Amino acid sequence: MLKGGRGLERQVSLRSGARVEDALGSLGHDVIPIDVGAGLVAKLKAERPDVAFIALHGVGGEDGTVQELLEILRIPYTGPGVRACMRSIDKVAAKHELRAAEVPTPDFAAFNALAFRELGAAETLEQIEATLGFPLVIKPAAGGSSLGVRFAASADEVPQALVAAFSYDDRVLIERHVEGRELAVSLLSGITLPAVEAKPREEDRFSYEARYEIGRTEYICPADLGAAEGLVIDAALRTWDALGFDGFGRVDIILGEDGPQVLEANAIPGLTDTSLLPMAAEAAGISFERLCERLIELALERDGARSMDAPA
Amino acid sequence: MTEPSERPGSAPIPTTRSQRRSHTRARDLVRYADLFADRTKVMRSSAMRDLMEITARPEVISLAGGLPDTSTFPPQSFAAQMTRIAQESSAEALQYGPTEGFERTKDCIREVMRAEGMDPDPDDIIITTGGQQAIDLVAKILINPGDPVICEGPTYPGAVPVFCAYEADVHQIEMDEEGLRVDLLAEKVDRLEREGRRPKFIYTVPTFHNPGGVTMSAERRAQLVALARERELLVIEDNPYGLLRYEGQASDPLYKLDGGDYVIYLGTFSKILSPGIRLGWLCAPPPVMEKVVLGKQASDLCTSTLAQYFVAEYFGEGRWREYIHDLCSIYRRRRDAMLDALRRHFPEEATWTEPEGGLFLWATLPSYIDTTDLLAKALRENVAFVPGAAAFVDGRGGSSMRLNFSNSSEEELHEGIERIGNVVAEQVELYRSITGEHEVQPAPPAEPGSVLPFPPRDDR
Repeated sequence: MLKGGRGLERQVSLRSGARVEDALGSLGHDVIPIDVGAGLVAKLKAERPDVAFIALHGVGGEDGTVQELLEILRIPYTGPGVRACMRSIDKVAAKHELRAAEVPTPDFAAFNALAFRELGAAETLEQIEATLGFPLVIKPAAGGSSLGVRFAASADEVPQALVAAFSYDDRVLIERHVEGRELAVSLLSGITLPAVEAKPREEDRFSYEARYEIGRTEYICPADLGAAEGLVIDAALRTWDALGFDGFGRVDIILGEDGPQVLEANAIPGLTDTSLLPMAAEAAGISFERLCERLIELALERDGARSMDAPA
Repeated sequence: MTEPSERPGSAPIPTTRSQRRSHTRARDLVRYADLFADRTKVMRSSAMRDLMEITARPEVISLAGGLPDTSTFPPQSFAAQMTRIAQESSAEALQYGPTEGFERTKDCIREVMRAEGMDPDPDDIIITTGGQQAIDLVAKILINPGDPVICEGPTYPGAVPVFCAYEADVHQIEMDEEGLRVDLLAEKVDRLEREGRRPKFIYTVPTFHNPGGVTMSAERRAQLVALARERELLVIEDNPYGLLRYEGQASDPLYKLDGGDYVIYLGTFSKILSPGIRLGWLCAPPPVMEKVVLGKQASDLCTSTLAQYFVAEYFGEGRWREYIHDLCSIYRRRRDAMLDALRRHFPEEATWTEPEGGLFLWATLPSYIDTTDLLAKALRENVAFVPGAAAFVDGRGGSSMRLNFSNSSEEELHEGIERIGNVVAEQVELYRSITGEHEVQPAPPAEPGSVLPFPPRDDR
């Protein structure tokens, strides 16, 4: 049970980890909780677990780093593999993949800090703003929480929003803001679970923080998507394929006038009491214990398939 | 695999801790969400909370806390006092005590208050579980939902959740180098009056303000007390740091100036002895005290008897002033180290206050830097501070920060400030490269040793 870590999403990860740990314990598994830090590899080598359950979020845990180590140590692990993690943690890379696979995603531009410092990227801002139109959403490329995500309603709000986003990552994404319903489609083994709709209170419409607080956002599951349901499911499935997901994942979608647009995908969605994937699983009749058990089965199956592929 | 493997509602009643936790379902959350009182919705942002938790990592130089340095308190003395209590008053010290607190301990409080020129009647004193409970009790007995409450902007970050929990309508009044702008306060009271409203109280930390680092001038104190009398307003004077003075001349506390009619006084042993004993107090006129006692009974019946015995024993030794004197000389050096480091490592656009005492100073960066975001960046360099937004209810303070100098060594203070200075410099450079702004607009130059003008209203 890998949890914690040193990233900004440590607290969420600890909450996910605690819940999974309890579920696995009640299923009769022998769970070794590891707060991921400098001694990780030594600990894994000493314990030689049958499978690693990864409940790490954000940089370090969701970006392929830990997955790579587990591959080297030949320990099966839950959730997507290295490639999918690398592609999804970086929102810019993910959007390029989505574009290539013709999955609808809002228009965007991306920069690293170097482009501003050394290449005079500031001079392209006006053009970007004209192309994308206001309001813009500016976010750090990495990271899955609300930290550093800002709306910019006009050009003079852009520099400050960029400075904020660059506090979290060297790369930022400037995206056209799409009006519409906010949906989270979770997937388990490539099958979509019922969509969760987030309805923020009117005054929190432009607050990303509100999405993470009980009481400030209403969640509806299953969301009533009407005729758009097929398109939403299709967008989620194609995202899963485009990013090479495996095990589980969550795709965040805006359902606007022009149909669904994919914002981002999370390789290791939250598993806390208030997280959306467990909520969706439950709506499909899958208990949290069953969900955890299933993720372990999938990890072992993937490992088994790989062993068969391996040259004798 | 999507067929129901467990029908919702049919699960057995969970019995173990782990079962209870993992059986929390989405619909339970919705059910709880409907049950929560409206006042829980004003809880502080989760993002900042998560960041603040990271500041506790051992490798982080934290200038974020408000901790006094308890490492200099002699353990032998602690052991001797506790032993004496066990030998001489074991049964009493383990028993409940009066809600108002023990007379012996009140005598210690009077000694402390006399050191600042006050002499309250013992009946006007109630001993509380830390100064924090004193704030809570005042709010509990005075605030109806929607009632206006006035405090400084910035205000003590720990007071914000208290006022919010009682659903106060919090108004924050600017400060300058002389503390609370009493002229603006009077305007605010007028404005509220025109709406047919009256502030329930004015909460202030006049001496070594947390987080502002400024001290209210004698003139302002007189104005504030006069305004309170004239308009019959209650002033809550929170004075945790008054005895931690490193230079300059003390002004009279508001409580002394007013004589205790319109000023309710809050004190604490946290910064002059120990925050771990959770002992504070409140002085109020009898009609207010009556309600405070009822409120305290409902909260926790009485303050820790053992802690009160400990304070009485400690004061009996007669060395409490000496200990404060020792603390002051340590903190003075640390404050000087922080100010020195700020001058060296903060960009010229930054301003900060130069406190004559207390534990904190308040630094303000260019308005385009959000200190909550900056904290995320600073944490990667293993240094932490409190983002200014925590000291406001209205979104101001976004480019300011509170810096604590009492609980880090001089070396750590230098190192910590240098690291913060570096991340600030990076943000300044980045902003300039984005806006193409290369002209530097320097802040008014700081004269060494002077108190810088308190930053005006943030423009967010």
